[in-house]
Amino acid sequence: MKAIFRFHGGIHPPTHKAASTRTPITPAALPSKLVIPLHQHVGIRAKAVVQVGERVLKGQVIGRPEGRLSSTVHASTSGTVSAIDMQLVAHHSGLPDLCVTLIPDGKDEWIEHGGVDYKQISHTEVRHLLRQAGVVGLGGAVFPSDVKAYSNKHKIKTMVLNGAECEPYITCDDMLMRERAHDILRGAEVLRELLYAEEVLVGIEDNKPEAIAAMRQAVIDDQHEHMRVISVPTVYPSGGAKQLIRILTGIEVAAGVRSPEMGVQCFNVATAYSAWRAIRHGEPLLSRIVTVTGNVDDARNFEVLLGTPVDELVTQAGRRPDTDRHIMGGPMMGVQLPAATVGVAKATNCIIASSPALFPPPQPALPCIRCTRCAEVCPAELQPQDLYWFAKSNNFGKAQEFHLFDCIECGACAYVCPSHIPLVSYYRYAKSEIWEREQESQAAELARERHEYRQYRIEREKQEKAEKLAQKEKAAAAAKAAAAAAAEKARLDTPSDPDADPDDTMQLRIEAALARAKEQAATTQPKNTDTLTPQQQAEINEIDARRARIHASAHHDAEPKNE
Amino acid sequence: MISALLVMIGIAAFLGTVLGFSAIRFKVQGNPLVDKIDAVLPQTQCGQCGYPGCKPYAEAIAKGEAEINLCPPGGEDGIHKLADLLGKEFVPFGEGAAPKGKSVAFIDENTCIGCTLCIQACPVDAIVGAAKQMHTIIASECTGCELCLAPCPVDCISMLPIAEDITNWKWRYPVFPIRNAA
Repeated sequence: MKAIFRFHGGIHPPTHKAASTRTPITPAALPSKLVIPLHQHVGIRAKAVVQVGERVLKGQVIGRPEGRLSSTVHASTSGTVSAIDMQLVAHHSGLPDLCVTLIPDGKDEWIEHGGVDYKQISHTEVRHLLRQAGVVGLGGAVFPSDVKAYSNKHKIKTMVLNGAECEPYITCDDMLMRERAHDILRGAEVLRELLYAEEVLVGIEDNKPEAIAAMRQAVIDDQHEHMRVISVPTVYPSGGAKQLIRILTGIEVAAGVRSPEMGVQCFNVATAYSAWRAIRHGEPLLSRIVTVTGNVDDARNFEVLLGTPVDELVTQAGRRPDTDRHIMGGPMMGVQLPAATVGVAKATNCIIASSPALFPPPQPALPCIRCTRCAEVCPAELQPQDLYWFAKSNNFGKAQEFHLFDCIECGACAYVCPSHIPLVSYYRYAKSEIWEREQESQAAELARERHEYRQYRIEREKQEKAEKLAQKEKAAAAAKAAAAAAAEKARLDTPSDPDADPDDTMQLRIEAALARAKEQAATTQPKNTDTLTPQQQAEINEIDARRARIHASAHHDAEPKNE
Repeated sequence: MISALLVMIGIAAFLGTVLGFSAIRFKVQGNPLVDKIDAVLPQTQCGQCGYPGCKPYAEAIAKGEAEINLCPPGGEDGIHKLADLLGKEFVPFGEGAAPKGKSVAFIDENTCIGCTLCIQACPVDAIVGAAKQMHTIIASECTGCELCLAPCPVDCISMLPIAEDITNWKWRYPVFPIRNAA
């Protein structure tokens, strides 16, 4: 028996898990439309590669990954693309994001697909397959798995397979482990080989005995010699990656350090399952298990096509009429959906139909009494009361000093707070403010760099211009000097006019030009003078006479000067 | 007595030499305060402070010539930071100098005649184009300084406010409705 460790704090909220584990996983009915978000993963949004009106097949790529940290999005069934536009998505902001709307044709016609034997292909090809299949972390963080299943810098000793599922109400991983344990472990084996990990530790909370038994049986059946299924005590949030790593290995992942640096990598059981489906069967991530529970008559787990509107899904579980809103995820960390039309995404592990009776509105927040119960339960060993104080007073520097970014937003502090302060909202506010400032200062740095370069460029251009001008002047001076030298030489060579200087020749040239002009004026006859009326002739004569007079007077004026 | 004096004089001379040498050797070039102030400023290079860029404004503040509330893009936060840095009191923005929302310039490419005047005005080289060719803004580099608006002879540049979407959305300060006591 392997020794297990424990992490600091934690809480024991009522689990409410029994309601949805009574019936096996049911495939959800084909919905009337699918709203598939193009940004279902951490990183850059996938780029739509289909057109409105295009017919797509099940498994066809509709969103191609953009950049390293991105993932592929597929059509969950065959049908016609009816829109590519902004639709409401499951996000805290309640803002819309780009989605592909698909009208299913009911045929559920697959694109050509097939699996491979991962032992016959290279690790790079396996990772490429995972990326092409859109496999991301299904525990909720939706981090692209191909990026995670890579250990070039750090030696990974242990791979942790996360089946803890600590949040109340959620049972999708539990049911998946009960029913599909073999495929989960086969997928885990692939991921282990990609990481060159020595062992796989499967952590499952001890409130899921059936899942533990099924997984242990699967280990024996398939003879996975590197794997061990470990039952861990039920305490929220044992399913947090850092917390589960602590429980299973005793390794404390330090502040600002990622677990691979400590030789541990963590995957969710559903991720391992979808990795196996993608590699062995060539099926991209098109559906996932979603727990539908809360204010419904028939709480259960459905296998749901990605993009299925929450509305249609919850109806299948017998939604009660007093349902007023829906929560995606658990009651501790979940997102309240902005509308019931939102499509199920890769991160959607649970939909809780909520009613005022089930989740009464929060009690008004009272002042903090500094009881430090939050610090007692904080699994990250922070001082939530201090962080609250700093966030509330916008003292972000101090909040960072107190390791705000180690907060996993599990909500344990807010759960125990006797003053009902929504502590996590303050931490999220402070985090996003700090992020924004960080981005602003990066933008300022970029602008400064560009501005300084521009000034340098302008200065350089000025200098280059000045240099060019100086060179031109120099060349002109040299040419003049050369011309002068040539003239001097010519003067020396031709002995004829010893007193002639350049100025004199210039004067001569001007005179010659004037003479030419005069001659031209005298010889050129004005045109249009053939058929003139006597009156016009008289006018012309008069003008000529005036001209002559002016010329005469001008000469008369000029003459004294010449003398 | 004499030897003690000599020793003291010797020590004094030695230390003096060391200090004098280090004063020359480790002299700080430029005014470090200017760089610190410049680091606080938002680097939009917009000139709304009345100085031709952020650095000149930083220099003016360092010399004590300029007030610290002349930078609208920096926001009130910027004034607070400058006040902290310089040990001054917070000064609110003057009349009509309140900060506006962030925006980015946009060139109406149908109207643009390709005169390059905006390219010359842009302090961060965020406009691409050539004479008699269409110009366009590199939105990711644009600081929203509005310096390109005035030189445009055909008024084809407009400032588009940056809309909130999922990527730049941020959590609000938690506020709660006050309910009537029953």
